[in-house]
Amino acid sequence: MIEVSHLTKRYGGHTAVSDLSFSIEKGRIYGFLGPNGAGKSTTMNIITGCLGASSGEVKIGGCDVLDEPVKAKRMIGYLPEIPPLYTDMTPNEYLRFVLRAKGVGRVEWEKQLRAVMDKTKLHEVKDRLIGNLSKGYRQRVGIAQALLGAPQVIILDEPTVGLDPAQIIEIRELIREMGKEHTIVLSSHILSEVQAVCDHIMIIAKGRLVASDTAENLTGLMAGGARIDLTVRAGEEQTREALSGMALAEGAQLMPAQEGSTRVLLTPKDGEDIREALFYGFAERRLPILEMKRERATLEDVFLELTQAEELTQAEASPEGAAQAPDEQEAKGA
Amino acid sequence: MIAVYQKELGSYWRGMLGYLFSAFVLIFAGIYTMAYNLSGAYANFAYVLDAISFIYLIAVPILSMRTFAEERRQKTDQLLYALPVSMSGVVLGKYLAMLTVLAAPTLIMALYPLILMQFGSVPLATAYGALAAFFLLGACLLSVGLLISSVTENQVASAVITLVTVLLLYFMKGLSEFVSTEASASLMALCLLVALFAVALYMLCKNPIVALGAAVVGIGALMACYTVNSSAFEGLFASIMAQLSVFDRFYGFVNGVFDLTAVVYYGSIIAVFLFLTVQAMEKRRWSE
Repeated sequence: MIEVSHLTKRYGGHTAVSDLSFSIEKGRIYGFLGPNGAGKSTTMNIITGCLGASSGEVKIGGCDVLDEPVKAKRMIGYLPEIPPLYTDMTPNEYLRFVLRAKGVGRVEWEKQLRAVMDKTKLHEVKDRLIGNLSKGYRQRVGIAQALLGAPQVIILDEPTVGLDPAQIIEIRELIREMGKEHTIVLSSHILSEVQAVCDHIMIIAKGRLVASDTAENLTGLMAGGARIDLTVRAGEEQTREALSGMALAEGAQLMPAQEGSTRVLLTPKDGEDIREALFYGFAERRLPILEMKRERATLEDVFLELTQAEELTQAEASPEGAAQAPDEQEAKGA
Repeated sequence: MIAVYQKELGSYWRGMLGYLFSAFVLIFAGIYTMAYNLSGAYANFAYVLDAISFIYLIAVPILSMRTFAEERRQKTDQLLYALPVSMSGVVLGKYLAMLTVLAAPTLIMALYPLILMQFGSVPLATAYGALAAFFLLGACLLSVGLLISSVTENQVASAVITLVTVLLLYFMKGLSEFVSTEASASLMALCLLVALFAVALYMLCKNPIVALGAAVVGIGALMACYTVNSSAFEGLFASIMAQLSVFDRFYGFVNGVFDLTAVVYYGSIIAVFLFLTVQAMEKRRWSE
């Protein structure tokens, strides 16, 4: 559906997006994940033709956004980070303007308006000025605008930013609902959101794609490293001896805890589940386990690991790597 | 284009800008008609238009300041870029909406000569010729305002720069008479203009080689022409200034001359400025 190849965008001396390539298939919900200033908005702006890339190309349904802009843009509905709303219009007027601009035939208007307003629950506010609407409603008008003209792909840039929890849940529901008919690409810096809504996650950091997979596979990537956190009522020496006797773990970190007990962080060999073995091992030695839990790697860990690894390699490659971050903020603000 | 046109026109009349603009033009038109035609008993309505041409100093910025500057401030320009419409369609839609608002008071003014006919004979041809030219002059200045709005970040900056530009155009003819007519002075002034152009070019594309190249080529060409035929430079700068005086062309119509070259002149200025506006908006896509 969307083919992005070797996309690079430079702002002056700073590279916001560097050599980004990926493809988006029909009928799935894609999540663009990355810390602030990673290049998410820039990438989305380039895909939708709002911004020109320094190099690389974007093809939507086979049409290049630059060569056949009108044809390519007809296939896309876009909600930028700040919903582009005219505050002196009512949602009704605004959506009619968008319909006309998208070149939708007049016979279709009423049908599409009703369908979109049903989906986004805008009927009750449709004759109020957009300037007087709450943030949640404005966001919905923005989404309604993207849905008009029945585009195949809907691109949403941080659709839940600045909303209250109830509104966030509503918008997520709406996105899931929309996912049944459209291909959706959304960006977010909130992990739980992407995890909750998306089928496929793309993590970008510093303008590079560092991972692209389903949520399960991404967490599975780290499952081998699931650690075990346990507290034993014994001295540090005693615990160390017991552990080396069992020979279950690769690395163990010991630290004294309260009331003469010791906390141990274990990394099991080959990612095996060693909880039972640990239990019997310590029981044999008559050292009671007070607490034991397995720490599953969350998407959060994957995310931090990947984005930080990217930062480290960047910092090694160029000493100014760290100093570039403020530039990025400026570039976004401009 | 039609979508943008309707939206713009709607927002002029929903807000107060359309009414403010019309009221402003009509108040002055009314005062001067009373003074010249009714009290002064001049039959020619064109004199009124001649006298009130200064209102464009204020009226043009009122209309043009918000066009693109406000879109940018509210971040709605992203919608215009993302919609399947061409930028020339957007620019044309906005421009035509401004012309429609300008046409409202112009059409009301078109009734004045008819009213004046109640009191005696009125040279209708001169009056309507001058009114058409008055509209064209406004259209021309609005295209300049549109370009300025597309390169500024907010309405206030846009309005102030437009006001200053129109003011300069208004006094251009008068200023040109103070300029020295000596050939060397003309050469220096033109070289200065080329240098300014090069600076502007550098600011736009941040490419020192292109800017410096343009400056060297431009100044070199001027120098070459000067050495070949220095007499051609006598009074050249002053006459260029006089040529740029859009207001001056309008005064011809007031005297009862329907000057077709002036119509073409206004038309070309409008075309150039609309083209530049489209380019300015397209450029924003590429560098920010």
